[in-house]
Amino acid sequence: MSSVSGDFNQRLEPRPPRERVTDNSFKWAARIFALSILAMLIWIAAIVAIRAVPAIAEFGLGFWVNSSWNPPREEYGVLPAIYGTIVSSIIALGISVPIGLGVAIFLSEDYLPPKVQRIFVFLVELLAAVPSVVYGLWGIFVLIPFLKEITPLKGPGMLPAALVLAVMVLPIIAAISRDAISSVPKDLRQAAVGLGATRWEAIILVILPAASSGIIGGIMLALGRALGETMAATMLIGNANKVNLSIFEPSNTIASLLANQFAEASGLQVAALMYAALILFAMTLVVNILAQMLVKRLQRI
Amino acid sequence: MTLDIHNSPSSRFDPTTLKRNPKSGRTLFGLIMTGVAGLFMVLAIVPLFLILSYVIIQGIGQLQPRIFTELPPPPLVEGGGFGNAILGTILMVGIGALISVPVGVMAAIYLSEFSNGKIAEWTRFATNVLSGVPSIIVGVFAYAVFVLTTKSYSAWAGGFALAVLMLPIIIRTTDEALKLVPQEVRQASVGLGANDYQTVLRVVLPAAVPAIITGVTLAVARAAGETAPLLFTALFTQFWPNWKEFLMEPTASLSVLAYNFAIVPFENQRELAFAAAFILVLLVLLTSIISRLATARRTY
Repeated sequence: MSSVSGDFNQRLEPRPPRERVTDNSFKWAARIFALSILAMLIWIAAIVAIRAVPAIAEFGLGFWVNSSWNPPREEYGVLPAIYGTIVSSIIALGISVPIGLGVAIFLSEDYLPPKVQRIFVFLVELLAAVPSVVYGLWGIFVLIPFLKEITPLKGPGMLPAALVLAVMVLPIIAAISRDAISSVPKDLRQAAVGLGATRWEAIILVILPAASSGIIGGIMLALGRALGETMAATMLIGNANKVNLSIFEPSNTIASLLANQFAEASGLQVAALMYAALILFAMTLVVNILAQMLVKRLQRI
Repeated sequence: MTLDIHNSPSSRFDPTTLKRNPKSGRTLFGLIMTGVAGLFMVLAIVPLFLILSYVIIQGIGQLQPRIFTELPPPPLVEGGGFGNAILGTILMVGIGALISVPVGVMAAIYLSEFSNGKIAEWTRFATNVLSGVPSIIVGVFAYAVFVLTTKSYSAWAGGFALAVLMLPIIIRTTDEALKLVPQEVRQASVGLGANDYQTVLRVVLPAAVPAIITGVTLAVARAAGETAPLLFTALFTQFWPNWKEFLMEPTASLSVLAYNFAIVPFENQRELAFAAAFILVLLVLLTSIISRLATARRTY
C-alpha cells in the first residue's frame, strides 16, 4: 500500500462529461428497449383494432351471433368459430388437467431417482417444443385414421383437434403445477405427515390447496394457449363454419378461420377477419393476464 | 376423506408398531393414487414417442441431397426438394433474430441491471403476456403492418412476425442468465473504477454469453417451427427467394411447406412434407438436448 499512498492525497476527479453521457445514454437505451415490450403489446392491439373498425361499424355485435361466413355476399359472423374455439379448448383442458396434474405430482414427489426424474421432466418439456405443424401432420395421418376405426368419426372433426390440443397444452399445466407444488414450504408437508397423514392425504388436503393459485394459473395459461393454437386446429378440425354439437363432426375455431382465409381475403373480408382476430386477442389477453396474476403469487409464498 | 385420526377405527392400526396397516383403506388409497399418477405420467409421454417415431420413420427415407438443393416439384413429377424453403426459413429466422436479439438483450439488461422495481415488474409482466399472445394474432399484426402497407407478402413481414415471437424467449433467458452472474463480479468491476456501462458490457454480459446463446438457439428453433404467423405474411412460393426484388415477394418456409403439402393428394409432395417435418423435429431435438447439456454444466 505504501507505494501508492501518495496518490491518496489527490482529489478524486468526477468522471469526464463524455463518459457520463455514454453511461446515461446506455441506460436510457436499455430502458427504452424494455418499455418497448409494453409498447409492442399496445401496438398489436391498436393495429388489429383499427383494421377491424370497418367490420365493427358494419356488423356491430351481430357479428358475434351470426353464423354465416359468406365473402361473395359480404355476410360475416363468428358464432361457429367462437363455439368451436371454446368447446375445443374445454375438451382439451378436461383431458389435460387431470393428466398434467398427475404428471406434476409424480415429478415433484420422490417416486423416481433424480436422474430418471430429470429425463421425464425433459421429455415433458420436449412435448411443448415439437412444432404444432408436426402435431397436425401426425393427427392427419395417424390419429384421424385410428379414431375412424373406433368412433363414429368420419374425417377431420372436433374430437381429433381437441385431443391434439390436449397433448399440446399438457406440458404447460405439468410444468407450472410442478413449480407451484415444489414451492410449497416443506414444513407444511412435514406437519401433515407428523399429524399422521399418508403421503396422498398430505398431497390432496395440504399441498394442492396451498399450491392452488399457481395450479389454476397454469391451467389458465394452458387455456390461453388452447384458445389461440392454430395449426393443429386448422389441420384437424375440418373447418366447417356451422355449430355442430357432435364432437365427431367438423367444426371451426377463430384461429383456423384466420389461418384459412387471410391469404385470399380482400376488402371488407379483411376487416371481418381483423374483427375476429380482435375477439380472439381479447379472449386470450384476459385469460393470460389473469393467469399471470395467479402465477405471480407463487413467488410470494 | 378426513385427517380425523382420533376417531378413525383404531383396529386399522397395530398399536405396537408405527407401520401402516397394508390393508387399511388409507394405504390402499395412496397406492391407487400413486398408480394413477404413474399411469398419467406414461400417458403424457406416449404421444411424444408416437409422434417422434412416426415423423422420423416417415421422414428419414426422404433425406437425399437433392432435397436441399432443388425446388419443389409440380404434382406427380418425381424428384425435387425444398432448397428454397430451407433458405427461406433461414432468411426469415435470421431477420427475426437480427431484430429480436438486440432488443431482447437490451431489455433484459435493463431488467436485471438498471431497473427499479415498478418498471421491471411491468416489463416482466408484459413479456409474459406477450409470450401468451397467439402466434396467429402476431401474424395478423404483421400482415396489417407489412402486407397491407407494402401491398406484398414478403420475407420481411414473416421475419418481423417471428421477431415478435422470439422476443419474450430471448428476454427471459437473458434475464435469467444475467441474474446468475454473481454480484461480487459487478462490485469488483465498479471497485476498479468502471462505470455501469463498462461493467455491463465488458464484465457482466461476456460472463452470461454462453447462457444467452443457448436461449437464442432455443428461440431460433422455436421460430423455425412456427407456421401460423407465416401463412399470410410470407405466404409460400415454388421459387427461390428473389434478391433483385429485395425479398419483397412471397417466400417459402419449411413449416408452411409441411402444412401445404400435407393435405395434397399427391404422393411426391406429401413425401416432402414429411421430410420437412423431420428436419424441424430434428432441429428441436438437437437444440433441446444441447441446451440441456449447456445449462447443466453452467457455473460461473
